Amino acid sequence: MAISVKVMHRPAPETTSYLRAALSGMALTFKHMVNPAAVTQQYPEEQTDLSPRWRGTHRMEVHADGRPKCVACGLCPTVCPANCIRLVGGEDDQGNRYPIVYEIDEFRCIFCGMCQEVCPVEAIHVGRHFENAEYTRDRFVYDLDRLMEQDHPVTLLWDPSDPRSE
Amino acid sequence: MEFQPISGIWALVAMSLKVTGMFTALMIVVAYTTLAERRVSAWIQDRHGPNRVGPFGLLQPIADGIKSILKEETLPATASRLFFVMAPMLVLAPALVTIAVIPIAAPLPTPAGVVDMIIADLPIGILYILAFSSLSVYGVVLGGWASNNKYAFLGALRASAQMVSYEVALGLSIIAVLMMAGNVTLTEIIWQQQQLGMWFAFPLSLAFILFVISAFAETNRLPFDMAEAESELITGYHTEYSAMKFSAFMIAEFGHMATASALMATLFLGGWDLPGTWDNAFWYDGQLIKGFAADGSVLLASPALWKTLATFAGFAAKTGFFLVLFIWVRWTLPRFRYDQVMALGWKVMLPTSLAYVMLIGGTILVLDEVGLMWGFSYGAALTAVSTFATVGFVFYLDRGRVITGAAAKHAQRVEVKTISQAAPAGD
Repeated sequence: MAISVKVMHRPAPETTSYLRAALSGMALTFKHMVNPAAVTQQYPEEQTDLSPRWRGTHRMEVHADGRPKCVACGLCPTVCPANCIRLVGGEDDQGNRYPIVYEIDEFRCIFCGMCQEVCPVEAIHVGRHFENAEYTRDRFVYDLDRLMEQDHPVTLLWDPSDPRSE
Repeated sequence: MEFQPISGIWALVAMSLKVTGMFTALMIVVAYTTLAERRVSAWIQDRHGPNRVGPFGLLQPIADGIKSILKEETLPATASRLFFVMAPMLVLAPALVTIAVIPIAAPLPTPAGVVDMIIADLPIGILYILAFSSLSVYGVVLGGWASNNKYAFLGALRASAQMVSYEVALGLSIIAVLMMAGNVTLTEIIWQQQQLGMWFAFPLSLAFILFVISAFAETNRLPFDMAEAESELITGYHTEYSAMKFSAFMIAEFGHMATASALMATLFLGGWDLPGTWDNAFWYDGQLIKGFAADGSVLLASPALWKTLATFAGFAAKTGFFLVLFIWVRWTLPRFRYDQVMALGWKVMLPTSLAYVMLIGGTILVLDEVGLMWGFSYGAALTAVSTFATVGFVFYLDRGRVITGAAAKHAQRVEVKTISQAAPAGD
């Protein structure tokens, strides 16, 4: 095996020009001072472009008349690896199933997106969204109304231009 | 039209306005220099700096002030209480009073008389500044000692050694200016620069360089911030201070910067003087004159409001240039080692400034013997001599005989060398 060693060749003190080095340093900092290449993102004003595959907090799709699209089939609580979805289904007088209780604990959720993948009616989605701050912990259990209120874009789960994640 | 100096009750009114105005202006300059320091350092490091409070962060100093006032004052249990409280005051007061003898603009004509744009035109001008600026070292030493903290004490010791060392070079570089001006009042120094037709930065270029270096050391700014040296001494002498007492030290540091900048502008860049003779004004024999005619009679000056404003803008621009220079140098150059500071101070600055005083004194003597009139050719002759001395000084420093240490720009040749080793047995 071989070891790489950095060997610094420093000139003798009599041949070193510290003033020139200092002046070139001043020139460099001046260049940056008058034309700063600021790379800091000014966050609240400038937003990050999230990936189309970004998986964030959930959103429930609704019909045009305001009902949730969910048919309470029970697939999402079944598939959920973190067991964070609580679903109590009901049936109306026409025999349509609908969720009576639909709660997602966003603290338990691991944002795998399997609920969206498994949903047969494309009702529950994970969203392209990350600004979730709340003042209390219990606000992180999203109930059905809260999920239906969300209006952020939803994830594509896969990138159409890169369908096999290559 | 005859211009008379302001007198009587109106002189008192003008004086109170000037004192209030100058104090307020100095505090505002100090506040905004702290902001400028943070913004400029941010730009140099490709950051944005504080830009949240108000437009472009312009209200940041106010937020800082409120924060400082509201923070808890701490008093170390083993600190010497009296001196601990006294030190910030001792540092702050000299930093704020030195601005009083610096003229900031051409005289302003008012219906009641002509007002000099200077708080106190003391006959001892520069000596007053030297005396008060060296008083602040007492506050620094006292603060470091009273904290009963070894880092604070080390910082205070370093600060006192450094400030005392560089005061010598500072004073000696001023001697050259005093020999040129023949007086220690700052109004007369500006007047002589106007009469010479050029600013002292050219005929006294080496004194200018030495003064700038010494001023950096006197104000404890990088590359001479031995007293703070945050990587070695936490923050040196004000380690134990918090809240407004800490702010007092910072205000003092920036106040010193502002005063030193104004002083450099006055001594070497003509103060409020702008190119041309239209703004010249000086009290000579009870008359406000702008120069002498060829036959020795006086030419009366004609002060005006717009001249005062223009010269004040010129003075502010020169002072601002030095303030930006302070900040710019701070965020470029690394700190000296302590022995390098002392070597530079005693082995380079002191002998150079002494030799330069001799050189300028001799040159002035020769020029006077030859009979050259005080004017442009007089200045040009001195400029030639000074340029020669400056080039020699820079050439001497540039060879790295004085400050040795890390490698310079062209030394960064890094060679990657491969060392072969026998493989361990059984591998």
